[in-house]
Amino acid sequence: MTLDTVKHAGETPDTDQPWAELGLKPDEYERIREILGRRPTGAELAMYSVMWSEHCSYKSSKVHLRQFGEKVPANDAMLVGIGENAGVVDVGQGYAVTFKVESHNHPSYIEPYQGAATGIGGIVRDILAMGARPVAVMDPLRFGAADHPDTKRVLPGVVAGIGGYGNCLGLPNIGGEVVFDACYQGNPLVNALCVGVMKHEDIHLAKASGAGNKVILYGARTGGDGIGGVSVLASETFDSTGPAKRPAVQVGDPFQEKLLIECTLEIFREDLVDGIQDLGGAGLSCATSELASAGSGGMRVELDTVPLRDSSLSPEEILMSESQERMCAVVEPGKVERFMEICEKWDVIATVIGEVTDGERLEIFWHGEQIVDVPPRTVAHEGPVYERPYARPDWQDALQADDANKLPRPATAEELRAQVLKVVASPNQASKSWITDQYDRFVQGNTILSQPEDSGMVRIDEETNLGVAVATDGNGRYTKLDPYTGAQLALAESYRNVAASGARPLAISNCLNFGSPEDPAVMWQFAEATRGLADGCLELGTPVTGGNVSLYNQTGETAIHPTPVVAVLGVIDDVERRTPIAFAEEGQLLYLLGDTAEELGGSAWSQVIHDHLGGLPPKVDLGREKLLGEILISASRDGMADAAHDLSDGGLIQALVESCLRGGKGARIVVPDGMDPFVFLFSESAGRALVSVPRSEELRFTDMCGARGLPATRVGVVDGEEIAIQGQFSIPLAELREAHEATIPALLV
Amino acid sequence: MTARVGVITFPGTLDDRDTQRAVRIAGLEPVPLWHRDKDLQQVDAVVLPGGFSYGDYLRAGAISRFSPVMEKVIEGAREGMPVLGICNGFQVLTETHLLPGAMLRNNHLHFICRDQKLRVENAETAWTSDYEVGQEISVPLKNIDGRYVADERTLDMLEAEGRVAFRYVDVNPNGSLRDIAGITNEAGNVVGLMPHPEHAVEPLVGTGRTDGLGFFTSILKKLVSV
Repeated sequence: MTLDTVKHAGETPDTDQPWAELGLKPDEYERIREILGRRPTGAELAMYSVMWSEHCSYKSSKVHLRQFGEKVPANDAMLVGIGENAGVVDVGQGYAVTFKVESHNHPSYIEPYQGAATGIGGIVRDILAMGARPVAVMDPLRFGAADHPDTKRVLPGVVAGIGGYGNCLGLPNIGGEVVFDACYQGNPLVNALCVGVMKHEDIHLAKASGAGNKVILYGARTGGDGIGGVSVLASETFDSTGPAKRPAVQVGDPFQEKLLIECTLEIFREDLVDGIQDLGGAGLSCATSELASAGSGGMRVELDTVPLRDSSLSPEEILMSESQERMCAVVEPGKVERFMEICEKWDVIATVIGEVTDGERLEIFWHGEQIVDVPPRTVAHEGPVYERPYARPDWQDALQADDANKLPRPATAEELRAQVLKVVASPNQASKSWITDQYDRFVQGNTILSQPEDSGMVRIDEETNLGVAVATDGNGRYTKLDPYTGAQLALAESYRNVAASGARPLAISNCLNFGSPEDPAVMWQFAEATRGLADGCLELGTPVTGGNVSLYNQTGETAIHPTPVVAVLGVIDDVERRTPIAFAEEGQLLYLLGDTAEELGGSAWSQVIHDHLGGLPPKVDLGREKLLGEILISASRDGMADAAHDLSDGGLIQALVESCLRGGKGARIVVPDGMDPFVFLFSESAGRALVSVPRSEELRFTDMCGARGLPATRVGVVDGEEIAIQGQFSIPLAELREAHEATIPALLV
Repeated sequence: MTARVGVITFPGTLDDRDTQRAVRIAGLEPVPLWHRDKDLQQVDAVVLPGGFSYGDYLRAGAISRFSPVMEKVIEGAREGMPVLGICNGFQVLTETHLLPGAMLRNNHLHFICRDQKLRVENAETAWTSDYEVGQEISVPLKNIDGRYVADERTLDMLEAEGRVAFRYVDVNPNGSLRDIAGITNEAGNVVGLMPHPEHAVEPLVGTGRTDGLGFFTSILKKLVSV
């Protein structure tokens, strides 16, 4: 086979090229030809095809995502915004925190263990590339119906992959979500979040500047795994010298990643890099073009110097490989030797593969012959942008008219009791400890709160007790009923969770999981959800620092529920003041904060008891959420609350059961005057929390709520060994524990 | 002057910084040691922390056992230097035969992370003298290869010589024979256990208990009174 050089491409303008098989559209291929003034070489075509894929270019979502940059709240915490590997937030005392949530949905369906494992690996490298030490991970997960046979294949594999990779990296897994719904059958959502901490001066960016600086590829050797993971690649595309079909799922090696983390942190400590980028989706194509695009000069790369696992790989395959555990750094010539020494110390392979030039082109050579000559911005940052048509689906009205508030309700106290047990034992409401006990939550010795608490919290300074808290939430059922409101409810819940544990919400990251953007109904859901989220962030004062979009989560014509997952990051000045969810002190008073309305649309009750999805989701009042957050934070800081739990899916009864089981204490509850007991227990009105207040603090607490205008209703007392709802029923804690904890192991063992 | 405790970092070690913190909290001076080091920098004791050294490839602890630093650790241990192996460190100690037996995959085949109750069976080792025999403590346990096994004769010998240092109470989390969580050598200077005392030294983090601190205060008393 002849190498398709730049020269050759210029001489053979009429060669047929496999752009369609690579997932490019006719006009996209034409545009590449226009940019280059000739046909692209095979290597150039490979780079454009992966970088212009939906995953890398955000071509369908970009026009909507712009709102996150336009509707920015006044917030001086943002140090690095959208567009870098991850956003960075100032948390005080000279510390900066970076966090991001990403999807690894499609690979995790095909190969659950490796898909989920490399999802962790990828997000950890994003955080590392910012200059931070990764300090915690979380995994928001969504699977098909709990009793579906394929869930038994996917879930254990995903959980083992997260544990197998994350545990081996020494990162505590401090929270996340596990949700079951038939809509995710065939399209599980495996999202992964990582948090990292650094000092302000340690922030690093992905850019290549300074002519003569060396480009160093370090970490694992490049193999044939994950080729075309971000696009659709038919391997017939390239001539037959390379091995044929390659698996599109990457294979992870957490040990290599752990070495990469420690090695990179040591390199940062000695200030040896100018710019750095991890290799994830689109591999070297992405790293080289993004570094060159963001920097001031061009870049020249000798591709044949890349260390390989398989010497038969073609240049195109090397450019597209998504082999894991690799990083790319830009290093001044005088610092290369020390850089190499540190890599050698950690047994990490490092190779100078090129250098920054004073030109404007990204030039790649293969054994001396030029195979790529492109303006890097056109690959990395100036990809296609689509204004996809969108339209409110014709079924939306009927869905909203199917009011859940009109479903048959329990007629007797006995029936109400039975429904409580059924809801708290249902797969979505049941304890997830069988899953989370397979993750290490103690490593690093800084874990303050972890699952099943409202948020995960880690200490970041041992001397001052400064800490950060993160919660992730999403509710596809609410979002299906009303995408704008559903996205805001996810934001509100995550915000509330962080505040309930005593931390002040600062910023968010999001993972937007949707169906096909080519379906106008899905695109409408996406447009509405992003608008809702951007408006919500503006009102709450929590900017979007970055995130990820995952589209095409659908099988045939059926899309998943639109599922925006929101991660809120908060800061707490003294982790000793954190508020756990456990009701542990007998005699403490239970206060319900916020208003309870009759809101059952999309509720856990409607799903578990009636297998129903219809009506409208709970209303959102972000002003109220903010006020509730302030009260919860003050209560934590001033020692007025010993425990707090946000109210969300499952309503008050769910929160009550979780807090009582966590603390090992029961509660006597009085239904407020004029309130329907069923609505009181199961409504999912937003903007509410249940708080345990020491008697000595009662007056101070109620005065504070009164003065600030937040409704606070005394609903009971922590007491005994059962949950007793006065005039209705009581259930012993032991019975509740059995119901709540037996479900998940029984499904999966 | 306080005693100096070396904490070894192998490639893939995870709990080295946590162990250094625990050593410091107990009032000792932590000394980071690297797996390629050929001397122990005159430390008075050594801890092999938990993690996945060499990715647990081949077999947990099997490769680390051949690190240059281990030659000196084995030498020191035979001369009476206190050595503590936690989790992966315990696995390394069995690979070196400083301690008998081996660890297999948990009987339920899953990684497990839990607050584990233990009973102190031997309070006379270098690392357990601050506890009392029969005392129950709770410390985090987190592993996938934690099932302690040895042949019957070895187990009988360990029991007869009082060398079972810790036993699992309430729940045997991994199928370890005779509920064994940790053991000691004949001289009592080398101790290995699967649970993580270094993660139970501060009331604020982890499980909120400080039951693991006794390991480090035991060694402090031993070394400083010498």
